[in-house]
Amino acid sequence: MFGIMDKIKPRIKAAATSEAACGLHCIKANNITVRKGRQLIIDKINLHIHCGKITVLIGRNGAGKSTLIKAILGEIKHEGSIEFTDLRNRTVENLSIGYVPQYINLGKNTPMSVYDLFASYISNAPAFMYKSKKIYQRVKEQLAIFDAEDLIDKRACDLSGGELQRLLLSIAVTPIPNLLLLDEPVSGIDRNGRQLFYQNIAKLKSNYDLAMIIVSHDFDFVRKYADHVILLDKVIVKEGTPEEVLSSEDFQMVFG
Amino acid sequence: MNTVYKIIESILPFSWTEYNFMKNALLAIIIISPMFGSMGTMIVNNKMAFFSDALGHSALTGVAIGAIFGISDVNLSMLIFAVVFALLLNRIKRKKTVSSDTVISVFASLSMAIGLVVLSRGGNFAKYSALLVGDILSISWDEIGYLLIIFIVSLLFWLFCFNKLNAISINETLAKSKNIRVALLEDLFSVLIAVIVMSSVRWIGILIINALLILPAAASRNMASNVREYHLFSVIISLFSGICGLIISFYAGFAAGPTIVIIAALIFFATLLLSLILRHN
Repeated sequence: MFGIMDKIKPRIKAAATSEAACGLHCIKANNITVRKGRQLIIDKINLHIHCGKITVLIGRNGAGKSTLIKAILGEIKHEGSIEFTDLRNRTVENLSIGYVPQYINLGKNTPMSVYDLFASYISNAPAFMYKSKKIYQRVKEQLAIFDAEDLIDKRACDLSGGELQRLLLSIAVTPIPNLLLLDEPVSGIDRNGRQLFYQNIAKLKSNYDLAMIIVSHDFDFVRKYADHVILLDKVIVKEGTPEEVLSSEDFQMVFG
Repeated sequence: MNTVYKIIESILPFSWTEYNFMKNALLAIIIISPMFGSMGTMIVNNKMAFFSDALGHSALTGVAIGAIFGISDVNLSMLIFAVVFALLLNRIKRKKTVSSDTVISVFASLSMAIGLVVLSRGGNFAKYSALLVGDILSISWDEIGYLLIIFIVSLLFWLFCFNKLNAISINETLAKSKNIRVALLEDLFSVLIAVIVMSSVRWIGILIINALLILPAAASRNMASNVREYHLFSVIISLFSGICGLIISFYAGFAAGPTIVIIAALIFFATLLLSLILRHN
């Protein structure tokens, strides 16, 4: 395992365009509320997140985890505000958000290579006309961060769950966002794939200047990698370090 | 006009190119098929076959509205109705309260029924029956000009927006996180489908126009492995079946539209068989 890490590390440095986390970028979500008709889906959620930290959202099905992610993304209507501040010079900046979805819509036998899929998100050079050498190189570099550069000419619909996840992770960090949102990223992935994925997350955390919010049901992962855990059930039921939350009575009530 | 005719005659010195209506039909096919071939790839990817079918059927209502309000240019009333129809369907689809194929079906049936009711007043639907199977031999020089304009517009749209549409098709939320304007592009794409379907429906026919959008792309999927091949094969299959269909229909006395569709369908089955054989080896 250490062998792999040694091989990857220099590549990360080569591909990196931003410095490691400084801890001085701060994302604040104030009173995020989402309604569906008259029903409250999530109610007055407050988040305070620093770059270089992993925040994990846990909760039962229908607790509003995905809704909160989508509200932060601005995909669904919500009340409340999201601020992004650089504490070094106290300026409010535009927050750039990366997103790793749970699944993609790609029918069986869809004629689309990994390059085509990737290029669609990061370039305007029409993928149906020609393959741009510059973009091809860029895609390859970005895939290499997660050791996935060999996938570039494969058909995207033929990828395994783990390979697809690495592809989506590469897309989400091109360019490096301030905040990375991952919605149950390891559902449907085998044990080995999961281990690799968690290592990749850890790598991102130590090499790039970004904060992460991850929706997860994998409590081993939570114990090992999370800096902050939020137990959600319409409101924030409990939050704190992994030990605090996982040993709390509230946690036992939901998952016990 | 005459120079174009002369060029066609010198390249294709056959008995069918002696007639001007056949030359016009050939030109129309050469403009329409690549458009349908390339738009079809995205329609198949997005599983929008039902949507484009409904749009085709809405042509009847467009003609009916033209008849009621006495609009002399049927093309115009068809086009306006189809664009409104497409945008309306998108709005309802986004509400996500009813499954989208149910919504499309309800609106398609309703609009077709309204069209049929209005046009069959006094029992003279017969004069509109050409709309159902289409009549490419009646296309005029001016109308080819309109087709050419639409061709150029859709080519430009495709060059500038294909990547974004593809990104939306794979995952909307992911596209949104990359600052792609999802709703706007979806609407533009739907309007474009409405425009190309309406500009061609009188020549190809309401009943079969959707086949021309779907079949070349579906056949191409059997062979292609990336979006470039997907487009190229689809356009070639579309052009090939269009031109062959036209020639065969001339000599055999069939309607051109259905002949084109049959050829495209045969190509689909041939490529399907080929891909099955290749996969087993």
